[in-house]
Amino acid sequence: MRRLKERLIEGALFLAAASSVFVTLGIVGILVTESIPFFEHVSFWDFITDREWTPLFENAHYGILPLLCGTFLTTIIALLVAIPLGTVAAAFLSEYVRPNVREVMKPILELLAAVPTVVYGYFALLFVTPLLQKVFPSMGGFNVLSAGLVMGVMIIPYISSLSEDAMRSVPSHLREASFAVGASRMQTAFRVVIPAAFSGITSAYILGISRALGETMVVAIAAGMQPNLTLNPLEPSATITAFIVQVSLGDLPHGSIGYQSIYVAGLSLLCLTLCFNVIGLWLRKKFQEKE
Amino acid sequence: MESRQDLLSNIKRRQMWDFFFALAGLMALLFALITLLALIVDLAMTGVPRIDFAFFANFPSRFPEKAGILSAWVGSFCIMLTTAFCAIPLGVAAGVYLEEYAKKNWISALIELNIVNLAGIPSITYGLMALGLFVYKLKLGQSILTAGLTLGLLVLPIIIVTTREAIRSIPNIIREASYAMGASKWQTIRYHILPYSSGGILTGVIISLSRAIGETAPLITIGALTFIAFLPTSPVDAHLPYLNFKWLMDPFTVMPIQMFNWLSRPQAAFHTNAAATGIVLLLMTLIMNGGAIWLRSRFRKKMKW
Repeated sequence: MRRLKERLIEGALFLAAASSVFVTLGIVGILVTESIPFFEHVSFWDFITDREWTPLFENAHYGILPLLCGTFLTTIIALLVAIPLGTVAAAFLSEYVRPNVREVMKPILELLAAVPTVVYGYFALLFVTPLLQKVFPSMGGFNVLSAGLVMGVMIIPYISSLSEDAMRSVPSHLREASFAVGASRMQTAFRVVIPAAFSGITSAYILGISRALGETMVVAIAAGMQPNLTLNPLEPSATITAFIVQVSLGDLPHGSIGYQSIYVAGLSLLCLTLCFNVIGLWLRKKFQEKE
Repeated sequence: MESRQDLLSNIKRRQMWDFFFALAGLMALLFALITLLALIVDLAMTGVPRIDFAFFANFPSRFPEKAGILSAWVGSFCIMLTTAFCAIPLGVAAGVYLEEYAKKNWISALIELNIVNLAGIPSITYGLMALGLFVYKLKLGQSILTAGLTLGLLVLPIIIVTTREAIRSIPNIIREASYAMGASKWQTIRYHILPYSSGGILTGVIISLSRAIGETAPLITIGALTFIAFLPTSPVDAHLPYLNFKWLMDPFTVMPIQMFNWLSRPQAAFHTNAAATGIVLLLMTLIMNGGAIWLRSRFRKKMKW
């Protein structure tokens, strides 16, 4: 009797653990099945080469390039902010600062990740954009630059926290060896600690990239929602996520081409994120072997 | 052979670089913190004067000065309740299984890898999945239930990971003592492991709810309305069985969506409303996160095994 109960409980707990796999399967399955009808309507070649994305217009074009362009542009701007600042902050916290200061600073830095993204959208649209307009008078009210910059600040804690964890877990005898041969703190940080923690730092970067690619509200609010094949960060543009929001806000009938197009956009986004995760995994493997 | 002069200048140069790097680290930290401060101050200066009792008690309106967030905060509250109800049992159970039961085989390796990957999946794809699965396939409609389930699945990995950390910090002597008294595995978990790790689990629950309360994109995708001038059905009935769950099937809006809606209008008066909503939202997330940090440090100090 008691053994049966134990077995039943173990089974129930296992189902709960397995549910996370079902979530993934659900996401991939739904995205794929809802995207298939789209490709019966639009050829894959058009999808990846057409330079316009106007699925809701009379004269519809289905080229993903403008959305990809917007997504990459905002992501690159965000990473240009987040990676240097996040890494330097992590090295500083792990190598220079006393532990009790670090215990206070880290949670405060993590608050940046807790702020709701719609609040960052407000900040980008009504604080950062007017500020930037003083520097670039030609810049419009919606632009990629302010969205990217704000997104970068938002991502700093993802990068700094994980990198700092990785750097701190580097055994201290490596540091001591480096100091013993006369290296300075900075040399130790860059030549010993960061290389040793590289696989952990890579995961931090990959998480940051995933966050930037998938971030929605900041770009939907501050970057405008016009699919625009441009590399000029002062212009408005649309990301994959902003397009999904834009279509969802309207009343879209189930099964229409507009409905299918958001699933295609979502699937493209998932593939992008997956690609970066695979690259990250490969990098980590490669650097772990070296040790 | 280096002369003494060279050596000294070399040391001086390196010390200078060291100093500059520390300065750069400090600047990076300060930059992040000043941005956070600017965000809070800017939002507070615009929004705080707008917050009064009427702001919480009024429905949204075409007239910005009459508009309030009643339907939004009630919606947020109902959805938090549903999210918690769905995510906590599932997440804690999964955490317990992975930490206490899972053998080292490919199934548990797959589950672990999957949880790590879920953290990187964009939140908006959860919304697309929910639209296809909950709204159209299971016909739950664009309801509070759909929204609660969606956010519940979204925060599931956070609860699993924090539960596992909390359980891992309990030393094996506790388990061995319990087994020595003749307790079964489940009894050990039920009467020892879970109570002792409840602090850590609670921290994870608070953090996941504070994440869920600010989530906007997946809810827009499943079709949250941006203008709602009514409340969900009351959960309390005048006659037996006194409780009903009709509210689960009602349409909804939440605070971040209300804020987004006001933000996308051209009039500045609506932007003030957006700022006020933002302050309420920010305050709630900061309080929840502060609480979680406090809880974590308290339990770390108290638990000396």
